[in-house]
Amino acid sequence: MSKDNTILEELTSKEYEHGWSVNYEADEAPLGLNEGIIQWISAKKEEPQWLLEWRLKAFKTWQSMKEPEWANVHYPKIDLQALRYYSAPKQKKSAKNLDEVDPELIAIYERLGISLNEQKRLEGIAVDAVLDSVSVATTFRGTLSKLGIIFCSFSEAVKEHPELVKKYLGSVVPMTDNYYAALNSAVFSDGSFCYIPKGVRCPMELSTYFRINAANTGQFERTLIVADDESYVSYLEGCTAPQRDENQLHAAVVEIYAGAQAEVKYSTVQNWFPGDKNGKGGIYNFVTKRGICAGDFSKISWTQVETGSAVTWKYPSCILKGDHSIGEFYSVAVTNNYQQADTGTKMIHIGKNTKSRIVSKGISAGKSQNSYRGQVQVMKRADNARNFSQCDSLLMGDRCGAHTFPYIDINNASAKVEHEATTSKIGEDQIFYCNQRGIATEDAVALIVNGYAKEVLNQLPMEFAVEAQKLLALTLEGSVG
Amino acid sequence: MSTLTKQDTFSSLLESAPKTFEAARALAKESYLVQGIPASKAEEYKFTNIGKKLEQNISKFTAAQTFDVAGELVKSSIFEGFEGDVLVFSNGKFQPNLSSKIEGVEVSLISEKTDLALGSIAKPEKDAFAALNQASFEDGIFISVPKKAQIAKPILLLSFNQANEGQVIQPRVWIEAGDFAEVTFIDHSISLGDTAYFVNKVVELKGGINTQLSYYRLQNEGKNAIEVSSIESDIQKDARFTSVNISLSGDLVRNNLSLNLLGSNSEGNMFGIFLLNGKTHVDNHTNVDHTIPHAESHELYKGILADQSRGVFNGKIFVRQDAQKTNAFQQNNNILLSEDAIINTKPQLEIWADDVKCSHGCTVGQLDEEALFYLQARGIDKMQAKGLLLYAFAGEVLEKIQEESFRNYCDTLVQERLGSKF
Repeated sequence: MSKDNTILEELTSKEYEHGWSVNYEADEAPLGLNEGIIQWISAKKEEPQWLLEWRLKAFKTWQSMKEPEWANVHYPKIDLQALRYYSAPKQKKSAKNLDEVDPELIAIYERLGISLNEQKRLEGIAVDAVLDSVSVATTFRGTLSKLGIIFCSFSEAVKEHPELVKKYLGSVVPMTDNYYAALNSAVFSDGSFCYIPKGVRCPMELSTYFRINAANTGQFERTLIVADDESYVSYLEGCTAPQRDENQLHAAVVEIYAGAQAEVKYSTVQNWFPGDKNGKGGIYNFVTKRGICAGDFSKISWTQVETGSAVTWKYPSCILKGDHSIGEFYSVAVTNNYQQADTGTKMIHIGKNTKSRIVSKGISAGKSQNSYRGQVQVMKRADNARNFSQCDSLLMGDRCGAHTFPYIDINNASAKVEHEATTSKIGEDQIFYCNQRGIATEDAVALIVNGYAKEVLNQLPMEFAVEAQKLLALTLEGSVG
Repeated sequence: MSTLTKQDTFSSLLESAPKTFEAARALAKESYLVQGIPASKAEEYKFTNIGKKLEQNISKFTAAQTFDVAGELVKSSIFEGFEGDVLVFSNGKFQPNLSSKIEGVEVSLISEKTDLALGSIAKPEKDAFAALNQASFEDGIFISVPKKAQIAKPILLLSFNQANEGQVIQPRVWIEAGDFAEVTFIDHSISLGDTAYFVNKVVELKGGINTQLSYYRLQNEGKNAIEVSSIESDIQKDARFTSVNISLSGDLVRNNLSLNLLGSNSEGNMFGIFLLNGKTHVDNHTNVDHTIPHAESHELYKGILADQSRGVFNGKIFVRQDAQKTNAFQQNNNILLSEDAIINTKPQLEIWADDVKCSHGCTVGQLDEEALFYLQARGIDKMQAKGLLLYAFAGEVLEKIQEESFRNYCDTLVQERLGSKF
């Protein structure tokens, strides 16, 4: 036991790798939230009138809503009036290409291991780098535009492709959806926009890297991915934040639209600052992510590795509207110290012959709480719907918790739905077996955890899988004996 | 909050409450008024909008009065081959003159046990209906099985219900079994008529060390009856509690079954089937609370839903921080037979200890086409083959019933239902 404790101490004393922050001259909105601020943001971003009106409408909706309290997470109420809703690094002028981007900002991303220099990048990944409230650079735009693919920051999309934005914005996650989605709709700052035209297979991974730098700032980005009929895209999202004592709010919205026979693969490695070992600080990650399989034979696949954030409240969902459409959700959620995660998915079967698959692996250590909350809903007309769900929890340490709240609502007699969940700790016999074969306890745990999460990690694109595996090792090393 | 103005709807019940257990009633009344009748927004009553159901036609509920139950009726209602003792209830109230004297078991009206810790097991603050019952029940039954007593034959709790719409029947049962005692109860309610009365039942069971306590229940109420029941049991170390619940009809039925494992090496078993047709809505909420290390629980609920029926299952396994070495298993399987049937199931695990083995499984599906074909290929017609497969599906629960006469009785009911209906 004492050995375990020393290992655990080592682990928990490990600093958050991305906890640094940089001082740069920023363009900031005053603290607080009111219609004036929204107008200020909208003006700052030179938005058209319709978007301002949309924001104000969302703000009105939001004012009439209550903060949700049903999730299995506990945190002090956030004072939304004490937050800053816009913070952007001051740039001399808007950058048309990478050479014009402030080298200081590029350096921030270099330090995070995200090179924005196209030559230095591994082939095949285009990055949109978002710092606080704005997108600072988007790479490989030229290459992509030859195929008709639009990949740019949300602000640019509003200016250059207003018809697309107007058509799809809020079509999957309406502003009335929930408290945080409404808030986001009112104050969202920037994010990524991506459009894959009909019949195009996106040749490279598209990626957004979110970084919170400023203090007392909420990050409210909005991502919109539209995959037209018969197209394919794989999209990655990464995120980090500096180590600060106060909690910061991150309330993003991601909307995915998949046309007939289109396929969208969305992968996230979420590594927001989780708070220190005493549970101080960290990001509140209240995110709404939803995709709609609008056309027949379309497919949306969510893969997430959740290791960061003090509190996570996140349910990437699929609306399976098109016949024969497929929704997938693969998740590894790791919590340590005082982290709390309430995460899962919703699969809404509307079309006929729709299929969904849920694989959720929770790992809780320290004094953390990890909950899976999911819903599988089969509507009345969704004949022959098929779902398989597997939710496993691994417990490390006797002060953590693992909870499962699966809702299964079936309205059609031809549905086949299976749900399985297990909770256990790593068996002593398993460790003993490894020990016998000369594998040290430490390595045995890593081996077992890796095997446990493999089904999900396998779904990640190669570069991400490496990062995710490193993160897992970092978070869990030695948590069990 | 509910749309029901909570004081109004049941105020006459609360006002006419007898002067017994005054402290417990006052506490429960307060608790009821705080909670109110749960609206559909309440998580625990999400799919069972009982407030709306109750409010539909009635704005004021009154207590149902006792009526005379004919001895003949009692006799004819006992299962064939049943040899145990029978306790008879009329609209929830114990009828000593119709009941047998049970050797070695103390049976009395609950009002005679003034120092009873009423509500210490089925706590009023946990559920509004349990609170309502505790605040306003008229009288109940107290059954005590002494230490080491082994009651070989099961005790049949036979209830006859006959009331009008807007009338409430509130049975209250307290059962305690001393250390090393062994006893089985069969709870069977019979509706005389098809009116839309409301049953709000609370059963508290207290098991000692190494007690073997079984509670079988057959729900076959009239098709318009509305019923809410809270059955809650505390058991101590080395004890075992087994519940089998069979729900066949009613308009809206809500069963709250809770088990608190308070001693190590205790074991809880919860089994149930719900075979529904028409517009019956049955909601089974079960809760197993593992508070100590080295306890075990098993749960198996099966549902077969036809017509426009609706089934709700919510099984909660709660493992507290100190409850290491817990083994808890839960399974819920459902078959939907009709386009209009609905199932909402939520198998829920809340685990606060690490050295545990817990699992739950849940399925919703249809009969295996291949099995059906296999039987048809051997000359069994499709309807019969279906009935056979469904019967096998339900059989896994039925066979948990140890008492033969009761098992046979349920078996026949299930077969009739599956053969005639499906």
